Amino acid sequence: MVYPWSMPATDDLQFPPAFTSETEPAFTGKAPLESWGRYPNYNANVVSLHWQGDYPRVIDGVHHGVLPVGLGRSYGDVGLLKDGTLVKTTAMNRLLAFDAETGVLTAESGISLAEILDFSVPRGFFLPVTPGTKYVTLGGAIANDVHGKNHEGAGSFGNHVPAFELVRSDGTRLLCTPTENPDFYAATIGGMGLTGLISWAQLRLKPIASRLIDYEGIQFHGIDEFIAIKKQYANVEYTVAWLDCVSTGRNFARGVYMLGEHAKEPGELKSSPEPKLVFPIDAPAFALNKLSITAFNTLFFHKQIKSHVKTQQDYEPFFYPLDKVLHWNRMYGKRGLVQFQFALPWETSKEGTIAMLQEITKSGLASFLAVLKTFGDVPSLGMMSFPMPGFMFALDFPIKPGITMPLMQRLGDMTKEYGGRLYSAKDACMTPDQFQAFYPQWEKFARFKDPAITSSFWERVVGASFTGRSVRTVGR
Amino acid sequence: MSAGKASTAHTPKRILVLGATSGIAEACIRSWAERGDMLYLVGRTASKVGVVVDDARVRGAAFVDSAVADLDDTAAHPQLLAHAINSLGGLDVAFVAMGTMGEQAQSERSFDAADAVLHNNFIAPASLLTWLANYCAQRHTGTLAVISSVAGERGRKSNYVYGSAKAGLTAFLSGLRNRIDREGVRVLTILPGPVKTAMTESMKGSEKFADVNKVAATIVGAIDKGGDVLYVPGIWKIIMGVIKLIPESVFKKLSLGAE
Ligand SMILES: Cc1cc2nc3c(=O)[nH]c(=O)nc-3n(C[C@H](O)[C@H](O)[C@H](O)COP(=O)(O)OP(=O)(O)OC[C@H]3O[C@@H](n4cnc5c(N)ncnc54)[C@H](O)[C@@H]3O)c2cc1C
Ligand SMILES: NC(=O)c1ccc[n+]([C@@H]2O[C@H](COP(=O)([O-])OP(=O)(O)OC[C@H]3O[C@@H](n4cnc5c(N)ncnc54)[C@H](OP(=O)(O)O)[C@@H]3O)[C@@H](O)[C@H]2O)c1
Repeated sequence: MVYPWSMPATDDLQFPPAFTSETEPAFTGKAPLESWGRYPNYNANVVSLHWQGDYPRVIDGVHHGVLPVGLGRSYGDVGLLKDGTLVKTTAMNRLLAFDAETGVLTAESGISLAEILDFSVPRGFFLPVTPGTKYVTLGGAIANDVHGKNHEGAGSFGNHVPAFELVRSDGTRLLCTPTENPDFYAATIGGMGLTGLISWAQLRLKPIASRLIDYEGIQFHGIDEFIAIKKQYANVEYTVAWLDCVSTGRNFARGVYMLGEHAKEPGELKSSPEPKLVFPIDAPAFALNKLSITAFNTLFFHKQIKSHVKTQQDYEPFFYPLDKVLHWNRMYGKRGLVQFQFALPWETSKEGTIAMLQEITKSGLASFLAVLKTFGDVPSLGMMSFPMPGFMFALDFPIKPGITMPLMQRLGDMTKEYGGRLYSAKDACMTPDQFQAFYPQWEKFARFKDPAITSSFWERVVGASFTGRSVRTVGR
Repeated sequence: MSAGKASTAHTPKRILVLGATSGIAEACIRSWAERGDMLYLVGRTASKVGVVVDDARVRGAAFVDSAVADLDDTAAHPQLLAHAINSLGGLDVAFVAMGTMGEQAQSERSFDAADAVLHNNFIAPASLLTWLANYCAQRHTGTLAVISSVAGERGRKSNYVYGSAKAGLTAFLSGLRNRIDREGVRVLTILPGPVKTAMTESMKGSEKFADVNKVAATIVGAIDKGGDVLYVPGIWKIIMGVIKLIPESVFKKLSLGAE
């Protein structure tokens, strides 16, 4: 090229060094993700995954371990990794295929159950199993092999997941089905994210005729009445009981047994409106005290004035009563809450539940929400799944220094004595000794763990020595 | 089979999306698909285009076709656009959503980097719009909806290269509108404030940016209704109004940061 003016010799000019851009992982380094219980609370880098093909590239060069996470609805630390890198999947939420004949939906793992319902309900399909909130991801629901009110008939979530893809940190992509890579299939269902990233999954939806639920609510007093109602209504699809664990004496273990079935007559099938209420700020620590909780429990019990109610209601209040207020966990203030959730085998279900209820009453700690239900005997497909046939009991405790943690330890030990187990998705307190007794297969499971992945939960319950922080570097 | 919702008699629109893998575009595509529109989706990364197409099909789009093309390649535009319009059997809406922010620091040190940002955000859209405008003007119909940015409203030290490309694009659109409005062709300039997408992920405070689905709903509504210039979220009309009033002598001392 000829210039109409003379260019100065380049060595007379001082240029800054040429810019070289290295491909760095897109660290946001911003606000740590909180778990639902807001306890414990750790800092971590957060990387957002937008496309399946971006994993594992987004974790190249990461040195302190990785954990895929969804909507953070687990209570304790299964979805946390102190000082590590969380790979958030919620921007990866596309629908990939839907077969209206079989109801099989294929979607990316970051899609929420709420988004699935928005799509499927107008088309006459519902989730085969749903937890008590729809704000969980497909990947998170598989990774904790979540259960719903229909466990007796349907088993847990994994029972309805015919296939998914697992991506390992070395880039290997494994199609997992009950017959293809069956070990990784079983290890990943209920595998707490530790076996790799679930990039997409299939879910077998079930047909419904209407949004409505045929609902029945029956008051009961004591565990024996609970068992009697369970037997009498053995063939009802959805069952769960709310239990008052504040009252003593005549009202000890009173509650409301709630039964539901999808209405059979054709009805409205539109998608749900967006929730408008968001719990605005952290409540002060004193807001939830024994008095307010007792008042709540009494109100709830008598909200149902008659001892037996039969009605129809929308599926939203039936399945997701708590979703009406987004971030209701802020009600517990900054200190947060812990949940205690056990499953006990039939042999000890009644005795163990009563003993633990008494232990809770003795501690003076009140709980807002205590849920009692039964697990059926449909076997879970996951190696580390929580459900076992018998009672399932769950309640939330506010964190009161000096009271909550010792109580959790005693209850954990009692669960062990009664031959039950605790639910990792809800746990912040299990000791290694308790965990290894609840899940003796953990060593077999550990063989399928991805070497780059770990969680604060895993390090807590099997010990950092086993996970070996040194193997947490992603080197490819 | 068609998994379409029992939709209330919506005449399907033929919509061409250029930059269909953009977070904002994808959210718009979902609502168009849900109501059964016809879509032609163009992006430059095959694996991304593939899943966006799948999602649109599953949600019930009446028709989906796609092309993988680097839209920086302006020489390929006429052929690409002809192919897309033929495939759709005409054109009701062209939505230009492509863009890249680039690294301001890199653009300052190397003009090659700045050139790429200017080309991607101004030259390439200008080329697309030239062809599209002529096609539509000839037929006296169509809507050209283009994402520019509030970053083009005033140059700032933190992103003036990107911002100047968007300023150019905004001016181009305003001139184009004045040329072809009388031909029955609508030009919608979309000026988003900061939106939570992959583009802004690593920016400070991005968790407070506007929700992409809400932004998309506003854009989809504006494309249906008509209008010339859309600030989204609407508050940015006021914010930019104020920012544009600040005298340069004061503005240069403020050194405003993020977009
Ligand atoms: C109000 C409320 C009610 C609930 N009710 C129930 C209930 O009835 N039954 C029940 O079983 N649970 C219940 N839960 C718990 C909840 O269903 C589980 O914790 C669920 O796993 C949360 O999903 P998430 O998307 O929020 O995942 P996160 O909490 O973010 O992560 C959960 C686990 O999944 C892993 N994970 C997430 N995405 C992926 C992926 N793509 N690939 C691999 N691993 C991944 C994570 O590593 C982590 O171990 C409830 C929770 C709340 C807040
Ligand atoms: N997010 C904001 O805050 C914001 C604010 C104002 C304006 N905007 C504008 O909004 C538009 C959409 O951005 P976004 O926020 O949705 O970001 P985004 O998700 O990063 O989308 C940008 C998209 O443009 C595509 N693209 C870039 N160059 C291309 C090319 N040469 N050929 C084909 N496709 C190309 C990219 O494809 P690949 O992924 O394959 O690279 C990417 O999908 C852009 O014009 C942006 O400037 C955004």
